[in-house]
Amino acid sequence: MTPPEPYLGVTDRTPVRLHILSVLVENKPGVLARIAGLFARRGFNIYSLAVAPAEVDARFSRVTIVVDAESTPLEQIVGQLDKLVNVVAITDLAPKNAVERELLLATIKTDVDDRTSLLDIIADAGAAIIDVDAVSVTLMLAGTPAGCDELEHALSDFSIVELHRTGRVALPRLGKANSAP
Amino acid sequence: MQLTGAEALIKSLEQQGVETVFGLPGGAILPVYDPLLDSSIRHILVRHEQGAGHMAEGYALATGRPGVAIVTSGPGATNIVTPIGNAHMDSTPIVVITGQVATGAIGTDAFQECDITGITMGITKHNFLVQSAQELPRAVAAAFHLATTGRPGPVLIDVPKDVSQSKMDWWYPTTIEEFDLPGYRPEVTLDADAVHRAVQLINQCERPVLYVGGGTLKSRASAELLAFAERTGIPVVTTLMARGAFPDSHELHLGMPGMHGMYSAVTAIQRCDLLISLGARFDDRVTGKVSAFAPGAKIIHVDIDPAEFNKVRFADVAIQGNVAAVLRAWDAFSAQPAPLNSWWKQLRAWQEEFPLAYDEPDLVGPLRPQLVIESIARKAEPGTIVTAGVGQHQMWAAQHWKYEEPGTFINSGGAGTMGFGVPAAIGAKVGRPEKTVWCIDGDGCFQMTAQEMVTARSQGIPIKVAILNNANLGMVRQWQEMFYDERYSQVYLSADLPDYVKWAEAMGCVGLRATNVKEMDDVIDEANRINDVPVVIDFRTDPREKVFPMVAAGASNDDIMTYQSYRDSQ
Repeated sequence: MTPPEPYLGVTDRTPVRLHILSVLVENKPGVLARIAGLFARRGFNIYSLAVAPAEVDARFSRVTIVVDAESTPLEQIVGQLDKLVNVVAITDLAPKNAVERELLLATIKTDVDDRTSLLDIIADAGAAIIDVDAVSVTLMLAGTPAGCDELEHALSDFSIVELHRTGRVALPRLGKANSAP
Repeated sequence: MQLTGAEALIKSLEQQGVETVFGLPGGAILPVYDPLLDSSIRHILVRHEQGAGHMAEGYALATGRPGVAIVTSGPGATNIVTPIGNAHMDSTPIVVITGQVATGAIGTDAFQECDITGITMGITKHNFLVQSAQELPRAVAAAFHLATTGRPGPVLIDVPKDVSQSKMDWWYPTTIEEFDLPGYRPEVTLDADAVHRAVQLINQCERPVLYVGGGTLKSRASAELLAFAERTGIPVVTTLMARGAFPDSHELHLGMPGMHGMYSAVTAIQRCDLLISLGARFDDRVTGKVSAFAPGAKIIHVDIDPAEFNKVRFADVAIQGNVAAVLRAWDAFSAQPAPLNSWWKQLRAWQEEFPLAYDEPDLVGPLRPQLVIESIARKAEPGTIVTAGVGQHQMWAAQHWKYEEPGTFINSGGAGTMGFGVPAAIGAKVGRPEKTVWCIDGDGCFQMTAQEMVTARSQGIPIKVAILNNANLGMVRQWQEMFYDERYSQVYLSADLPDYVKWAEAMGCVGLRATNVKEMDDVIDEANRINDVPVVIDFRTDPREKVFPMVAAGASNDDIMTYQSYRDSQ
């Protein structure tokens, strides 16, 4: 008898059909817990999530949720999310109708005399160095999710101390119609 | 006018027209109980907070007005979690007020502290942790607005002790804007195009069925349903949550669908070409195996909650709205199928061939539980309210009692909460004191919430409880008999322990017992003569008795077992 494999997390970074929900919520205690709890109990998958105060009014925050619309119909996710009383509006952004950006920060262990190839990668990706010491470099990239993926892949040949990504935020692509259920 | 938060809370409840609350005091809610003494609101002191919650539900389901419960923090709050979950599953409007430790102590693991807003996040329509006394009126007004509009449900208000003790300047919100619910828009405009497409489907169908769920009762659409069904001649089935929405005596009524539904109701759905769902949610107890459910049917799905659409079954037409409004719209467009003569001929044949049946009563005993229910029903006044716990007795109460009006059958459907019957009966009787209220209970269920019979006696709430005592957790026993090779595991309870008659008497109630048909008739008559104190009757029923018809869990509704077919197979 083989014991079941321990859960190692989802390693595949690109689910089949991602969808972006830009959710305007009341800026009240516990709202993020309500959203996270809803996704957990309904078995919806969150790919990434970013929260910040909204531009319109201090009473509101904007939550950008990238969902996996392959495993659960988007209609269900939006319908259940919309029932949360603190959720004010949901804008459903299909990736092709949105501009998306994400921030990547990475600290790479590297000797001073061995930095040429890393600098090439940074330059190619349009990333920037924001911190250095004798043995490491911290770089950042504000780019498309695909650009961040590429940089992350390129960095995998180096010794990564830490790598953080924020999850994406998005706005409607100008001149495209977007649905707001 | 300066008030304490506690005074403002009670005054807010009065503003909402609350006449009765169910509750039990404790440390964190103590300040709220003081102004209650000076209020017109009747407080029913329960013996366990679960009782308060189910009473609030019973009250709400019997009256159509929201039920209210008040309990303290910590264990008081966690004890009422089951009724909150129950109300959430059955969309019952209740408002639960919990005490909380003082705001400064929150998060410190203080005495009787618990994160009840966190615990109930997934089982309330919404909840509030009130931060200041000045906010209390808004929280109360918003809670009642949320609980009773759109898809109804439970709302919890958590009130820290310092909030109820501090002073506030009295005010009360009068407009929806003042509720401060920018994300809540329950009002719905009917989608004219969807209404039109539904009318077209109705006009084109040959074998329609009206699949009536609890939302039809919640939207008070019984009159519209009756008018629509009579005008169109479309057969009606009423789910467990909708019993009473359409008269059982009506010739268009096929009965209850689902796992223990009538053969004709279940099979009508399986063979229909248009299923018109009115405030129902395609629950697994109705659909059986979803992929085999109503395979040839187009679906019209009417619901106030659009998240129900396409959740279980794809809807050809989905209409968000109040059931009554949708039925009126269809009437306005004269939706009308072609004559349904051949469909009705088929339905009548099924009704005739597969009626509700059970073994012949044995004069010596033990009693047939179905006969007990039919006998109580025969001797009951019209409009009697029936509540039930959960299990075999609940299914028999749904099948064998004939319901003629809304609000006469109150049970725990979605959650399946054993012990619901007694407190729900108390809540129903408080809300509708002019009505006779019978709780059809099981022996297992009765033992879960029996302490509330003390509440009933002490508060002068003369309910009648019929325990169908088969000395077993009967529904589990039935599954073990049918699907686990008669290997009975932990289902035996004993018919004599406890002694239900003595127990009833110890709780100040009249206790009666019947072991055979003669005694059964006598004790029902005696119970009907008693109108001042609660009555508990121990009916000794046959533990081998099973609920039929039955669709096994996960099976197709086509594989429905009837009493006859099961007996023939043995």
